[in-house]
Amino acid sequence: MQSTGGVRWFTRRQIGFGFRPATWQGWLITVVAVGLAVVLLILFRSSRGIGIGAVVVILAAYVGVGALLGGVPRTAPAPAPDPPARRLPPPPASFGSPASFGSPPAAAAATSLGPSATSPPAPYTTSVATPAAREAATAARSAGPPSAEGAALIVDHLTKRFGERTAFEDVSFTVAPGEVFGFLGPNGAGKTTTVRTLGTLIAPTSGTAVVAGIPLLPENGTEIRKRISIMPENPGLYLRLTVVENLELFAGLYGLHHSGPRIEAALEAVNLGARGRDLCGSLSKGLRQRVGLARALLSDPAVMFLDEPTSGLDPVAAREVHDLINDLRKRGVTVFLTTHRLEEAERLCDRVAILNTRLRSVGRTEELRENLFSRALAVETAAPLASPDGVFDAATGVESWRASGDASYVLNVTDPRVAAPAVTRALVAAGADVLSIVESRHSLEDVYLELIDEDPEAAGR
Amino acid sequence: MRLDAGRIRAVVRKEFRALRRNRFIIGTMTVLPIVFLISPMIEIFRLSPGIPEQVVQRLAGSTFLLLLIVPVVVPAAIAAYSVVGEREQGTLEPLLTTPVRREELLLGKAAAAIVPSVAIAYLLFAIVAISAKLFAANPAVTTALLQSSQLVGEILFAPLLAGWSIWVGIAISSRASDVRVAQQLGTLASLPPLGVVVLIDLQVLTPSVGLALAFAAVLLVADLGMWRVVSALFDRERLLTGARATSDRARRAAG
Repeated sequence: MQSTGGVRWFTRRQIGFGFRPATWQGWLITVVAVGLAVVLLILFRSSRGIGIGAVVVILAAYVGVGALLGGVPRTAPAPAPDPPARRLPPPPASFGSPASFGSPPAAAAATSLGPSATSPPAPYTTSVATPAAREAATAARSAGPPSAEGAALIVDHLTKRFGERTAFEDVSFTVAPGEVFGFLGPNGAGKTTTVRTLGTLIAPTSGTAVVAGIPLLPENGTEIRKRISIMPENPGLYLRLTVVENLELFAGLYGLHHSGPRIEAALEAVNLGARGRDLCGSLSKGLRQRVGLARALLSDPAVMFLDEPTSGLDPVAAREVHDLINDLRKRGVTVFLTTHRLEEAERLCDRVAILNTRLRSVGRTEELRENLFSRALAVETAAPLASPDGVFDAATGVESWRASGDASYVLNVTDPRVAAPAVTRALVAAGADVLSIVESRHSLEDVYLELIDEDPEAAGR
Repeated sequence: MRLDAGRIRAVVRKEFRALRRNRFIIGTMTVLPIVFLISPMIEIFRLSPGIPEQVVQRLAGSTFLLLLIVPVVVPAAIAAYSVVGEREQGTLEPLLTTPVRREELLLGKAAAAIVPSVAIAYLLFAIVAISAKLFAANPAVTTALLQSSQLVGEILFAPLLAGWSIWVGIAISSRASDVRVAQQLGTLASLPPLGVVVLIDLQVLTPSVGLALAFAAVLLVADLGMWRVVSALFDRERLLTGARATSDRARRAAG
C-alpha cells in the first residue's frame, strides 16, 4: 500500500530502529497516533493499566503501519526507479509477431547471464537481447553442445529419488544461453520433477547443477528463483482475482516496483492487453495459459522453464505460443521446454533431450537421427528392376539395399549427395524409368520411439 | 535473514483481495460475530438494578470469554484455508517458484488474517461496551465490563489469541489435504489458550492487570515460537510432492 505516485509513506531510519514518516500521509498517521495515545492516557488517568495497555496497542499498530507502508531496507541503496520493461517491448502489432519482442532493449550482454558461482547475482540485469548478444546466442546454439563455461544450465549426474522410487537418475546436460532446449519423455519419465528440481522447488538426492550461473544449493534458492521463471503445466491463477491483480501479486513477489508498465507490456505480448480487468475465472483455458505466460515474462528471467505450455490449447493458440517462444529465442532468453508434442520440439528446439528416468539422448534432432538411423535413399521406378543387385551394387556410396514394394527400394548410403547421382546414372544405364529418388528422412517421432522402445523400463509403462 | 517488506505487502494485498471475494470466509466473518454478540447483549438488557455484584461480575466474565472466542475462531477459518486452499486451486506451485521466502509468505498470510479478526473483535467489544453504557438498566454492568483487567485483556489478548490461532491453522493447513478437515482441526487446536480465560471466568484465577500482562507475554512468546516452528514446517518439497527432502546433504546432516 502506497500513494498512487509510488512514494512510500514511511521509510526506514538510516540511524536507529524502525521507520519514520516520509510524506504528509505518514506524518498525519503519526500525529493521529500520538494524539490518540495522549487522549487515552488523559481519559484513563485514574486507571494506569488501561492507559498503558491502550498506548501499547497504539504503538504496536503504528509500528505495523510503518512496516507495511514503509519498507526500503536500511542497508540497501536508495530506491532507484525500476528500469522500464527491458525485454517487454511496447505493445506489439499482434500476438506472437516478430514485433512482439522486437525492440532492442538496452541491457547487459549474454555473458552477464552466468556470473561466477560465488559472486552475488545482480537480479534483473540479465537481458541478452542486444544485437551482439543475439549473435552470441545464435553462435552458441549453432555450435553444438555448449561448453560448461557461461552456460545457462549445467546439470551433472543429477538424481532424485522419493524413497525407493526413482524420479530421474544420473541426468547430465548443459544448456547454452539463448538456447531453446526441449525435454521429451513419456509420462512418469521425470520431466516435471527435473524442472521442479532445477527450479529449487525440490532438492536433488545427489548430483550438482548450476542454474543461471548460481550453484543449485539450498541456500541459493531465493537468488536462483529471482533469475528464472517457471510456468507449470497448470497455470495456477487466482480465479477470484483479475488478470492484472494476479500479475501484480507476482510483480510484488519478484520485487518489481512500479510494475504497471511491465504488466501492460507482458499482457500485450500475449495479446491480452484488453482483458486485464477480467476475472481469471471467466477466461478460457487457452487465455489462462496466456496469462501464465505473461506472468512468466514479468520478471525478465534469464532462464524460463515452460512445462507443457501448449497443453490443452487449440492449434491456433498453440501456434501463437510457438511464435512467442521463437520471439524469446530471438531475444536470447534461454527456454527449457518440456513437451509431449514431438513436432513442437522439432520445430522450436535447438536441441532436445529424451528422458526416461535416465537420459536416453541429448543433441540436435539431426544428430539424433544420424546417430540412430543410417542414411537412406528411397527409389521408385515405373516397373520392377530386372536385376536390382547389379544396378545398386555397382553404384558408388550404396552400402546395402532392400525392396520396399514392387518397384520401390530403400538404399542405405554413406552420403546421399554422393550416392543419389550415382544411383540415377546406374538406373538410367539399366534402362529403368525413374519416378523419384529422395532422401528418406526420419522424424523426431521415429527417434523418440526408437529410444523409448530400446528402453526396457518403457515397456512397463 | 532479511525479510522483504515489499513481498510481504504483495501477499497481504492479494490475500485481502481474495478474502473479499470468498463468500465462505466473508460468511464466517459475518455470521460468527453476530452469533457471539447475541448472548451478551440479551444478558446486558436482562439484568435489573437489584442484581448482586457477584452475578454482574460473572456476566462480565462470560461476555469477556465469548468476545475472545471470535478472534480465535475467525482467523482459524482463514488460516486453515491459506495453504491447503492454494494447493486445491493449483496456485501453490506458481507461488513457490517465486523468490518469496517462506517466512515472508507466512507473515503475509498471517497479517491478512489477523487484521480483520482483531478489527472484528474490537468492534464487538466496542458495541457491547457502548450498548451497556447507553442502555443497560444496571450501571454495575458497565463498570464490570470496563474494569481495567477486562480492557487490557481484551486489547492484548485479541491479537495474541488470533496470532496463535493463525499459526496453528497454517501449520495444520500445510499438512492437511482437505480444506474442511483443516478448518475443523484448526478451530479445535486454537482453543487451548482460551483455557486461561475460562479459569478467570470461573474465578479460579483472580483477574488483574498483572495477570493479563503476564498471560499476554506468554502468548506473545508462544506466537513468535509458533511462527518459527511453522516456517520450519513449511517445506516446498513436502508441499508439492508430499515427500520430505532426501538429499545426500540432508541425510548426512541427519545422521
